[in-house]
Amino acid sequence: MWKFIHRLASPKHFYRIAGKWIPWLMAAAVILIALGFYGGLVKAPADYQQGDSFRIIYLHVPAAWMSLFIYMVMATSAAIGLIWKIKLADLFATASAPIGASFTFLALVTGSIWGKPMWGTWWVWDARLTSELLLLFLYLGFMGLQAAIEDRRNAARAGAVLAIVGVVNIPIIHYSVEWWNTLHQGPTVTRMDKPAMHISMLIPLLQAAAGFQIYYFATVLMRVRSLVLQQERRSGWVRELLREEGVR
Amino acid sequence: MLNAFLTMLQRDLLLAYRHRSELANPLLFFVIVVTLFPLAIGPEPGILKNIAPGVIWVAALLASMLSLESVFRTDFNDGSLELMFLSPHPPSLLVLSKIIAHWLITAVPLMLMAPLLAVLLHLPTEGIGVLLLTLLLGTPVLSLVGAIGVALTVGLRRGGMLLALLVLPLYVPVLIFAAGAVRDAALGLPVIGPLAFLGAMLVLSLTLAPLATSAALRISLG
Repeated sequence: MWKFIHRLASPKHFYRIAGKWIPWLMAAAVILIALGFYGGLVKAPADYQQGDSFRIIYLHVPAAWMSLFIYMVMATSAAIGLIWKIKLADLFATASAPIGASFTFLALVTGSIWGKPMWGTWWVWDARLTSELLLLFLYLGFMGLQAAIEDRRNAARAGAVLAIVGVVNIPIIHYSVEWWNTLHQGPTVTRMDKPAMHISMLIPLLQAAAGFQIYYFATVLMRVRSLVLQQERRSGWVRELLREEGVR
Repeated sequence: MLNAFLTMLQRDLLLAYRHRSELANPLLFFVIVVTLFPLAIGPEPGILKNIAPGVIWVAALLASMLSLESVFRTDFNDGSLELMFLSPHPPSLLVLSKIIAHWLITAVPLMLMAPLLAVLLHLPTEGIGVLLLTLLLGTPVLSLVGAIGVALTVGLRRGGMLLALLVLPLYVPVLIFAAGAVRDAALGLPVIGPLAFLGAMLVLSLTLAPLATSAALRISLG
């Protein structure tokens, strides 16, 4: 087990293993998302209050979950890279940021589209919308900082410090914004007693969420692979690989 | 250790005193930004009274951020920052003393000017005391949190815009609680809750921010 993990941390083996995993992960993601969307958009009954327009939940909620989840993954791997100086962990953080920013953006856009029929407006200065917007700024700041520093090693370390500071701040930002103003409906799924959703609506949502998660892992592996190639372009194994592929 | 802290503080204050003309700049910026709002929105006292807490706080926040940008710049360029990291004293302590010196130089004059601006914006007198209290508790948080962003961008040639992108989202909680407290005070509501939150944020950032700042400076030094 440990030997496997150690080998995985070496760019060469990672490149090979990730290359094998990506097609499987992609296939699983497509199947799960298709199942979730079919169940949610076609089979699930319409909501008694919101009618059919609640169905955007199957896109909106998984995207919002992913936006937070990816930030945590990004900060954790950045911290691992900072502490144990594992190059691959730095690359994971760098590769996660644009994906996380996209999911955050998706959650904002779908939320806005959902808000129009429900609240009668595209945007309200509501707590959750605002904290999601601030999360987007945190992602963009991370990406901007990494892009501005030329030395790759320093860029990764500076980004790691910023991501860790962000993690400390996210709960503070979230609760302060919540205290400030709220209109958003409360959480429906993650309640301690019993989800407030019917099971026929909940299962597709969880399928879609799992699909999004696996999709994230597949895309992050793809991005990390190309970053590995870029970073190791002078090393022997990359040259050999290129020769095998017939690239000059 | 305390000795090093005080020496550093004294040095920074002395340096600031030698460049007296630069001291006025953040203050003038603060006053001018606040003056722009009545010109843009209109001179009606009713509206100005409502937006006064927010306007004063946003202006204070921008002034603090922009003046903070140069807090490590000269020491970074002439190499004294590297010497600080080579000294036997903990860098986070020296960083803290630099931040405190900066706060004394920029935020305290801001606090002296704020009541005058509050009067210009027709903020009710009940709000002015609370405004000063929020500035007293909130501006150190701004300096401490902002210092992390400055430390990350000090080595970059054009870090100014990036600094705003990094730091402003982190300033949001301070802004919410501080401006909210002033607004509540102007309406005669109790304000102890938001003030307690501001105090908590001050304690948290006072303990953690110097560590993060020195780590970030170490990275910027390479």
